[in-house]
Amino acid sequence: MKLRTPALILYVMASDDAPELAEAAVRGGATALELGIPYSDPLADGPTIQRAAQRSLDAGMTPRRALEVLAEIDARVDVPLIPMTYGAVVEAYGAEAFCRDAAAAGAEALIVADVPPEESGELRSAATAVGIDLVHLVAPTSRPERISVAAAASRGFVYLVAAVGTTGARDTLDERMAGLVEQTRAAAPDTPLIAGFGISRPEHVAALLEAGADGAIVASAALDVVERGGPEALEAYVRELATALRTRVA
Amino acid sequence: MRPAVTHRPDARGRFGAFGGRFVPETVMAALDELEAAVEEAFADPTFAAEMEALHRDYVGRQTPLYLAERLTEDVGGAQIWLKREDLAHTGAHKINNAVGQALLARRLGKRRIVAETGAGQHGVATATVCARFGLEAVVYMGEEDMRRQRPNVVRMGLLGATLMPVTAGAGTLKDAMNEAIRDWIASVETTHYLIGSAAGPHPYPYLVRELQAVIGHEARAQMLERTGRLPDAVVACVGGGSNAIGLFHPFRDDDVRLVGVEAGGDGAALHAASIGGGRVSVLHGSRSYVLADEHGQVEETHSISAGLDYPGVGPEHAHLHETGRAEYVPESDDDALRAFHRLCLLEGIIPALESSHAIARAERVARELGPDGVVLVGLSGRGDKDVGSVIEREGHPLRAVEPNPEPEREVVQ
Repeated sequence: MKLRTPALILYVMASDDAPELAEAAVRGGATALELGIPYSDPLADGPTIQRAAQRSLDAGMTPRRALEVLAEIDARVDVPLIPMTYGAVVEAYGAEAFCRDAAAAGAEALIVADVPPEESGELRSAATAVGIDLVHLVAPTSRPERISVAAAASRGFVYLVAAVGTTGARDTLDERMAGLVEQTRAAAPDTPLIAGFGISRPEHVAALLEAGADGAIVASAALDVVERGGPEALEAYVRELATALRTRVA
Repeated sequence: MRPAVTHRPDARGRFGAFGGRFVPETVMAALDELEAAVEEAFADPTFAAEMEALHRDYVGRQTPLYLAERLTEDVGGAQIWLKREDLAHTGAHKINNAVGQALLARRLGKRRIVAETGAGQHGVATATVCARFGLEAVVYMGEEDMRRQRPNVVRMGLLGATLMPVTAGAGTLKDAMNEAIRDWIASVETTHYLIGSAAGPHPYPYLVRELQAVIGHEARAQMLERTGRLPDAVVACVGGGSNAIGLFHPFRDDDVRLVGVEAGGDGAALHAASIGGGRVSVLHGSRSYVLADEHGQVEETHSISAGLDYPGVGPEHAHLHETGRAEYVPESDDDALRAFHRLCLLEGIIPALESSHAIARAERVARELGPDGVVLVGLSGRGDKDVGSVIEREGHPLRAVEPNPEPEREVVQ
C-alpha cells in the first residue's frame, strides 16, 4: 500500500450511505479510509463504534455486502482502502476467501483488531498472497519485545494505539506516545507509524505529528459527526482536522 | 482420525486447535505477566500452603461426597453420588477460583479487580475474596440476570462490590463479559481481570482449571475411600465450563466416562448448547465452539439458568469434545426443573438450576448403567438464588396454604 504521509485516515462504518460519506471525507482531505465491517461483540470498541456496528447489523449488513460497499467506495475515490474487523468475522468467511474478495473489491490493507501477530499466521499468508498489507497494532502497554515483533510483522503501516482503553473520543492522548513512536520506529524504520484511538481534534493530530508519528486515524469522533450532521458535516470536520497536516508540511 | 488429547496448553496457549489469545494488543502484556505469575505461583510452596489454609479455614474444604440414597432408589439404577460444592463458602464452586486469583492479583500488585457474572455466584465469590483481601471489586452483570438473580445482587452489595449493570444485547453473561473485558482494556495497568469461567484468552482457561481441579482431586480420593472404586461416569453442567473441567481433569487418565451437560433451553431453537449447536469461532479471546451465525455474529442464547446462558464454552472442553475424551449433551429447561424438584423433595437439597442440568443427565446415565454402576455428579452450587426464577415459571409452591395476608400487611406498614 502506498500511504501518503502525513496521513489522515477516516473511519466509515459499512452501510448503504458509506460511499457518500467516503467521498465527503476524501473531499475534506482524508488521505486513506478505513471501512468497518461490523461484528456483534467488538471488544476493542467503545460505545460509539458499538452503536454504529449494531445499527449496521440491524440494517442487514453482512461481510459480503460490506465488501460490495468497499467496491462502490473504490469506484468513487482514489485513496487507499482498509477494511477493519474482528477475527470471528474473517474466520467465518474463511481467511483466504476473505482476503481474495477484499482485494478484488479494492482493499489495500487489513486491520483485524483482536488478532495479534502470534495468531495471524494463516491470515498473513492469505493476505500476502493477494497483495493485502496486514496491519498490526502496538500499544503504550506493549513490552519492547512485543513492539519489535508487531512492528516487524506489520505491513503498510504500524497502528499505534494512542490511548489505553477501547476506541472513543478523548480529551488527551497517552503521554507515552513519543516513547512508543521512538521504540516502534527503531523496530520498523521504513514503515509509516499511524496513531488511532481517542483522536478527535486538530490539536490531537498536530500533537501526534509532533511526537513523530506519520499520521492519525479518526473513527468514533467522525461517526459522532456523521450522526449529527451527515456528509456535509463530515467534510467540514475532516477539513478542520486536515489543517493540522498542512501546518506540519509548512 | 481424531486428534490426540492434550491436557497442557501449548506455547500459543492452545488445547489442540482451541484456545489462544484473540485480544486487542493493549492487554497482551498483562496476559504475559499473568502467565509468568501463574507459573511462579504454581511452583511456589508458599502459594500452595496459602491456598490450602484458605481452602480449609475459609472456603470450608474439603466439601463432602454424598450418596444420594433416595434419589438413587427412586431412579432405580446406578448409585448417584454428589460432590457438594453447594456447601462451599458462598454456595458454589466459584469461590475456589476467586480465592486463587485474588492471591495472584496480590502477587501482581493489583488492587482493583473486575469480573463478570451471570448467575451472580462468581460475582459474589469475587466480592467475597475482595472483601477478605482488601481489594476493590467491580462486577459487571447483565440487567436481565440482575432481575432473575436478585438475591446475589443484594449479596454483592453487602460485600462492598460496585455493581455495573449492563444493558447491551440480551443483558446476560456474554454482555457482562464484553463490558468487563472493555473495562480491563482501559484499566489493565492497575486492574486484574478475575474471569469466572475456564474461558477467555490464555492463560485463563488453564489457570481456572488448575484452581478448580481441587473439586476433582477431592472427589476422586473420596470416591476411592468410600466405595473402593472409581465411578463409571462423571457428570457436570457446562456453561463456560469451570466446574466441569475442575471435576473432569483429575479423572482424565482413568477409564471413566466424562459427561458435560449443556443448557438445552426450550429444546428447540432457543438454547445455549455451544458444543451441541455451535460452530468453531472466536469469542472473548479464545477459539472454541460458539453459537454464532454463518457470518460469525454471535447469536442470542436462552437458558432458564443464568449461569449456563452463554454462547461460548471453554477451549479445553472443545478439545475434549473433538478428541472424544468427553461427551457433551443437552438437557432442557423442563428436564432441569424436574431434576431440581426431585432433589429438593428426595434429598432435602435445593440445587442451583445450573447443577440441576447435571442431575437430570445423571439420572439418565444411572438408568443406563443399572444397579451395579456408580455415577459422580458435580453439584456445583445451591439454588437459593433461583427460587425467584422457579416461582416466576411455576407459581408459588405454597400458595394453597398461604394464610390471609391482610393483618400481616398492616403490621408491616
